[in-house]
Amino acid sequence: MPKEMWELRLYIAGQTPKSVLALKNITKYCEEHLAGKYSIEIIDLLKSPQLAEGDQIFAIPTLVRKFPEPLRKIIGDLSNEEKVLVGLNIRPIKV
Amino acid sequence: MKSSLAEVFPKTHSGIEGLDEITGGGLPKGRPTLVCGSAGCGKTLMGVQFLVKGITDYDEPGVFISFEETTKDLTTNVQSLGFDLNKLIADKKLRIDNVHIEKTEIEETGEYDLEGLFIRLGYAIDQIGAKRVVLDTIESLFGGMDNATLLRSELKRLFQWLKDRGVTAIITGERGENSLTRQGLEEYVSDCVILLDFRVIDQIATRRLRIVKYRGSTHGTNEYPFLIDEFGISVLPITSLKLEHRTSSEILSYGFAGFDKLFKGKGFFRGNSTLVTGTAGTSKTILASYFALGSCQRKEKVLFFSFEESPDQLIRNMDSVGIRFKPFIKSGMLQIHSSRPSLSGLEMHLLVIHKLISQHKPKTVIIDPISSLITVGNNSEVRAMLVRLMDLLKVNQINAFFTALTHPYLDEHYDFTVDAVSSLADTWIQLSNNTSDSNRSRKLLIVKSRGMGHSNEINEFSISEKGIKLKQ
Repeated sequence: MPKEMWELRLYIAGQTPKSVLALKNITKYCEEHLAGKYSIEIIDLLKSPQLAEGDQIFAIPTLVRKFPEPLRKIIGDLSNEEKVLVGLNIRPIKV
Repeated sequence: MKSSLAEVFPKTHSGIEGLDEITGGGLPKGRPTLVCGSAGCGKTLMGVQFLVKGITDYDEPGVFISFEETTKDLTTNVQSLGFDLNKLIADKKLRIDNVHIEKTEIEETGEYDLEGLFIRLGYAIDQIGAKRVVLDTIESLFGGMDNATLLRSELKRLFQWLKDRGVTAIITGERGENSLTRQGLEEYVSDCVILLDFRVIDQIATRRLRIVKYRGSTHGTNEYPFLIDEFGISVLPITSLKLEHRTSSEILSYGFAGFDKLFKGKGFFRGNSTLVTGTAGTSKTILASYFALGSCQRKEKVLFFSFEESPDQLIRNMDSVGIRFKPFIKSGMLQIHSSRPSLSGLEMHLLVIHKLISQHKPKTVIIDPISSLITVGNNSEVRAMLVRLMDLLKVNQINAFFTALTHPYLDEHYDFTVDAVSSLADTWIQLSNNTSDSNRSRKLLIVKSRGMGHSNEINEFSISEKGIKLKQ
């Protein structure tokens, strides 16, 4: 059975406190709930501004769930774990 | 004094005909301008025209950030106005970025800012070296996101950022219930605010524009009618409120010798306006046609506004009294423009006249009859319009000829049309028909002619297939 991979993208603009916090938060949630089956790509728009248009980014930081579809976006520093999990549609692993 | 003022408040040409005149030179250069109005009032179009004309006329590239329409829709929508956005995009003079916010796929958690939007905008500006930016309609952000407080402070930052970048920007906003815009954007964009309005009065739609404020600059405070036609938006300013146009002492012919003789100078001064009044069937149009013919023969272009007859009809009818228009129409010397007076509002007619005059640059303008325009509007409007029209013609030294239909049972001095026009016209000719026994005689009286001695008799004249003839 093929392993279902979660493809996430985090858009930031430089190492701002909000961006750093967002990355810390999402890494933590992923390790908890999706260990071994996720990837996070970090895109710094200060370095590659041309990428903002494609994913319709206007707020920073923005987390985009590229896969599984449909596309979901969560904006903000991702400090509310429950909202992020609901937003990404990650079901906590049943114990 | 004047030049130092211009340095303090530099302006950018708006690319919208007439708007620069109202604002004394255009929009504030390097600063944002808020354009607000209800749906369908022409905000987006004004933004597009500002960019397109900026590129084509002033070589200033522009960025359009659309929060509502997609690039494709936008391009298609303005195509009918002769704006080819695809070409401008291909030439790297224009960039359109569609910021699409889909609320259903977005979740908000924790703090964020709109840096992404800033980066996109900055990137677009840098790519083409843009000098102009349009944000249409930025208030859509409020529909897509929950944190209004944050949005407000970010927008404030955005407007400041635009200023720092030195781009001249138009920001559009939807008209609010009790404020100019729904989100009170006017508090942040305070340099220049333009309000567009679209209303229907007596079943005739009129668009109006008003400069609500323009910091550090004088501006016209009235509501100005504007028109959206196949060339985009144009605004109609009052040409001038002062009476300081040049006058000419050159004398021109009315188009037939017998008539010129009634004036001491054997004709009329260049730039003169002549009003001919009379009841139905007193041959006003024939006199007007002679006037047109005279101008054509001098090789001076004529613009003939016919509000009662189509061009073909006019040509045929005048043929029957020996006035041949066809060769002059062929050579482009004579342009006949016919339309129904009730088709649009008074101001729209004036705008059309205004535009055609600036396009064709005629030396002679005929309006036959001006009274049918007057039935369209109310009295004060009509008067204002006539003053503007006269001004326009005087400033351009155009010979004007108006006919006006009077009511047979009404004293001409009580007739509103005559009352409105006669004081503005330089020469006033009254025509009348007298029926006695089995016979009708045509009469002509020159009521006044400014600066020119004239006949004081009631002159009789006849009309045949050879034309008009004055009885000696």
